[in-house]
Amino acid sequence: MYPFNYHRPQSIDEAVESFKSFEEAQWLAGGMTLLPSLKLRLASPGALIDLNFIESLRGVQSSAEKITIGAMTRHADVNSSVEIKRAIPALSLLAGGIGDSQVRNCGTIGGSISNNDPAADYPAAILGLNATIKTNSREIGADDYFTGMFETSLDEGEMIQEITFPVPDTAGYVKFPHPASGYAVSAVMVARFGKTVRVAVTGTAACVFRLASLEEALAENFTAEAADSMELDIDLDDINSDLAASAEYRANLTRVMARRAIEAAQENA
Amino acid sequence: MADTPSKCTISLKVNGEPVSLDLEPRTLLVDMLRNHLGLTGTHVGCDTSQCGCCVVHVDGRSVKSCTMLAATAEGADIVTIEGMASGDKMHPIQEAFREHHALQCGFCTPGVVMSGSELIAKNNNPTEEEIRKWLGGNLCRCTGYHNIVKAIKAAAAQARGNG
Repeated sequence: MYPFNYHRPQSIDEAVESFKSFEEAQWLAGGMTLLPSLKLRLASPGALIDLNFIESLRGVQSSAEKITIGAMTRHADVNSSVEIKRAIPALSLLAGGIGDSQVRNCGTIGGSISNNDPAADYPAAILGLNATIKTNSREIGADDYFTGMFETSLDEGEMIQEITFPVPDTAGYVKFPHPASGYAVSAVMVARFGKTVRVAVTGTAACVFRLASLEEALAENFTAEAADSMELDIDLDDINSDLAASAEYRANLTRVMARRAIEAAQENA
Repeated sequence: MADTPSKCTISLKVNGEPVSLDLEPRTLLVDMLRNHLGLTGTHVGCDTSQCGCCVVHVDGRSVKSCTMLAATAEGADIVTIEGMASGDKMHPIQEAFREHHALQCGFCTPGVVMSGSELIAKNNNPTEEEIRKWLGGNLCRCTGYHNIVKAIKAAAAQARGNG
């Protein structure tokens, strides 16, 4: 690891000021991706601004219509939240399937979606459940947030404060985890809000994406069979191909995950 | 790169004792424990947060200490494998590991014990499946896990008074 400066702000305002005061500063959330990247010298920030001491960034708030999660809330706490289990069980399940027990004790929802790993779980929740991301300067809708592999519409120095999920009528999330890492080889979140259905896929391509054709078919008729005949809305060339799965295999796996996610949503309804 | 970063003061509790150190910000929690405090029971296996040999408790939660900055542990209550026994008396989970022969080379054992003890603190009657799932972040290359699972089951039974 290259040396870096370090600051431990106690409030959001102090953090934003601190970020500006260092050259090439970077936020430190749970560190589950950032610290391994630093060890590999893939990143060499001038300073880390550690967000672990800002209490207002943690916690879950719920109402009948929405669930709001602080950016620094750990995966383990999202998984065990009684309110989230009741309102959006698919989100609780998703958080409980990230990495391993120790990763879930450190990793945060804000950190995960700031990083936007192509195989991470949370991007599918944000996009599938149509969450809104509140930063220190604005609110960003899910459809405008993810812009590419490890890329988001966050500006330099912009910090996520909280994420608000509208409570769906029902939702289902199913992942085919990589057997060693737990990352998604492919995973699908399906959510139904009245007559609207959203389907988000992670692990399959460079960035989380929606399956518009399947969403339309499901809006007409919410059945698992819709997944068998669906258009993938993505070229085979754009599907990830690696040691875990070829593009052809992943394309089929995405259909299987979509079918199971619809079935899970039916069970959760 | 910026100027040479200054050191950072870290004050925390380790196995009940208050500790204060001036360290480079890039110091990992595991390096603080091993190199600065001499607590070498916490091991570094992979240094990539996969093997779980470095698991310690930070405020009661099991954490891979190779993937946390010492600076982030400011103010925390850390428990390492050295903090489990009371004097010469082993902790019940350590006793259970011995009783059930849950270790061979022992390299992964401190991490497995710390991980397993958080599970028992949360759920003192875990099923075999829950134990195996919970230990997903702890790799053991000797035992094949069967005896580890048995030991954790036995320690959980002891914790609920059915030992």
